[in-house]
Amino acid sequence: MALLQISEPGQFDAPHQRKLAAGIDLGTTNSLVASVRSGVPETLPDEQGEHLLPSVVQYLKGAAPVIGAKARAAATKDPLNTISSVKRFMGRGLNDVKSLGSQLPYEFVDSESDMPRLRTAAGDFSPVEISADILRNLKQRAQATLGDELTGVVITVPAYFDDAQRQATKDAARLAGLNVMRLMNEPTAAAVAYGLDRGSEGVHAVFDLGGGTFDISILRLNKGVFEVLATSGDSALGGDDMDHVIAEWIMQQAGIKDDADHAQFRRLMHVARDAKEALTGNDNTMVKIELSDGTFWEGELTRNKFNELVDPLIRKTLIPCRRTLRDAGIKVDDIQEVVMVGGSTRVPRVRELVGEFFKREPLVDIDPDKVVAIGAAVQADILAGNKPDGEMLLLDITPLSLGLETMGGLVEKVISRNTPIPVARAQDFTTFKDGQTALALHIVQGERELVTDCRSLAHFELRGIPPMVAGAARIRVTFQVDADGLLSVSAKEQTTGTESSIQVKPSYGLTDNEIEHMLLDSFDHAKDDASIRMLREKQVEADRVIEALTAAIEENGNELLSQQERATIDASMQHLVTVKAGEDVREIKKAIGELDKATQEFAARRMNVSINKALTGHKLDEFKN
Amino acid sequence: MESTFSQNYFELFALPVSFEVDSNTLSEHYRELQRTSHPDKFANATDQERRLAVQTAAHINEAFRVLNNPLERGKYLLSLQGINLDEETDTRMDPQFLMQQMELRESLESVRDTQDPLAKLASLLQEIENTMSDMIAELSVLFANANDEAYKQARDTIRKMQFMHKLRDEVEELEEDLI
Repeated sequence: MALLQISEPGQFDAPHQRKLAAGIDLGTTNSLVASVRSGVPETLPDEQGEHLLPSVVQYLKGAAPVIGAKARAAATKDPLNTISSVKRFMGRGLNDVKSLGSQLPYEFVDSESDMPRLRTAAGDFSPVEISADILRNLKQRAQATLGDELTGVVITVPAYFDDAQRQATKDAARLAGLNVMRLMNEPTAAAVAYGLDRGSEGVHAVFDLGGGTFDISILRLNKGVFEVLATSGDSALGGDDMDHVIAEWIMQQAGIKDDADHAQFRRLMHVARDAKEALTGNDNTMVKIELSDGTFWEGELTRNKFNELVDPLIRKTLIPCRRTLRDAGIKVDDIQEVVMVGGSTRVPRVRELVGEFFKREPLVDIDPDKVVAIGAAVQADILAGNKPDGEMLLLDITPLSLGLETMGGLVEKVISRNTPIPVARAQDFTTFKDGQTALALHIVQGERELVTDCRSLAHFELRGIPPMVAGAARIRVTFQVDADGLLSVSAKEQTTGTESSIQVKPSYGLTDNEIEHMLLDSFDHAKDDASIRMLREKQVEADRVIEALTAAIEENGNELLSQQERATIDASMQHLVTVKAGEDVREIKKAIGELDKATQEFAARRMNVSINKALTGHKLDEFKN
Repeated sequence: MESTFSQNYFELFALPVSFEVDSNTLSEHYRELQRTSHPDKFANATDQERRLAVQTAAHINEAFRVLNNPLERGKYLLSLQGINLDEETDTRMDPQFLMQQMELRESLESVRDTQDPLAKLASLLQEIENTMSDMIAELSVLFANANDEAYKQARDTIRKMQFMHKLRDEVEELEEDLI
């Protein structure tokens, strides 16, 4: 007979109640997954003990993709089928990708959509699908290490990522079967990792130079609240660019022509990267490369020469630094500490120039490769509900202005950069012609005046406007950016109250239909039954709704609901409990919707109560005066 | 009980309705309110509660933006008095102020041709900041007086301040171009 396990009184040991959550740093060069275990956030190694997963995927004909170090090792031999730095293509159009450099060793498929696809031996893949393969690998690693399914993840993105890039990241996670509790800005994650470590207060700068992206953020820490004041950066600047300038130097020195083949370029990039890394600890390094005729070229690269080559790139980072300081209304002397994040901050010259600019020695004590994943793990743990009384709160901002195209190709800003999120802003429009029933809107992101200089996010078409004389309709369009930095749009005709339907055509992203398709494809791939999975998901959602509502009623149902209201809600909830036990997905969905409607007023009252409670003490103080 | 969305911004932040706002108290109350309404506090709640949290947090952010910025705060105080700026229909402006604006704009346009454009921009920026500080001081007095004539004058000052704001943005843009 098995022995009964009894826990000590008051020390309820209920492991199944602790929800498994992880933070994922989906990087240009390397990716990591981290989790809080026994109260300590740490990155999770693979079976070989490696923490860093190279963000490289090799596609083979008729076999599962190879991900990580093995794929990276194959890059030189099989350049076309081995995709690295895919993060640079996320949420980008084919033209953007081409402008990243003629030396990209991939074959892009000309397709009708603006979304680039890469041709490999296993088929054509979008950057979203390739990223999903990397995420799937990390998910498996986390579940194998932690021993159970993940309830949710926090995925980090560069603060300077635009809406399309964020959406692409979230889509990739969805494809990988991950529940994204939050997209978190990388510098904010780094600040969390450092902030919790040191319990520091005041204004901090986070300088984040990764493989392909650069971010600078200014944050204020105050009693557990991380308030981002301003952020700036360059979503196409990083260590890869340093490798490129070294590669170009080698080409010049070794007499390699611009028309060298893919494999030669790959070799060059490898050698360049090795040289860069060697120069972190040494004053000079030998560079050796095989030429197309099988002979070798060998030469020396000194630290001084290297600094000279990369200086223009590093100085490019200082312009955004200056801009953020001004946007935040902060002087260099107000900054208490400068936190360094990202593998490229290992380059001594980067530390030197950043130190010079901020007039203080930058902090490098947490491994710059791991710090972002660690911060994300801390946030994931909190969001999963494992620290109900946690003091920590992150107040983030939108990095780029959102605007609308107006007459003459000009941009009218609706939400300006560095606005705290979530944010909602409404704008009124009217019709131009009698009887007009539709309206086209073009949404862009960026700081410039001309539409052509900004990034196109989406074209919206508002339909169903009641026919009226020109100028009579009042269409209020509301733009909302949520805590993930993602935009949604809704519209209502004010005089008649008609809701306009909105058709979104993302400029570079995937439509919902495309994602559904890919999901179905991947389910087939996994020999999973899509319908069972959908039923399961709905049941889980129903459980969550019931659980949350029960807790809410217990908390203040008596004070906020009349008997009749309470009876309506109880009946609606009972109905959901009944259909949930069945297998009709549509019925469950409908019942969730009905319960949602029945509890709307209750939820609003609850929010009012807590908002009013938040400042009650202060209000009393003021009455005393 | 009044709804969060129908309270005026000062009530929401438990502050007296006044042009004078203590920025420390404002920030502190902002953080307290966000602690209760931020969507991250509702990560495990239902979709409905999360939607509501996004809306409430967005509302609090908007209120904070307005209360934290003297120009926006002034406009908001006027709107509470039922006074709006009629930006599109009312184009009258103090001629002396317009002259000053034209001069400032001329010097902005000629900045590129000067020997040290960045230094010139810095001094221009300082001039703008000084003018705006004076305007803020003026508004403090006017809103404290709290009568019709004072509100009328406050409206004029706020309209002028908008010009200065726009000019400052342009100076900063040019500065960014030059760096």
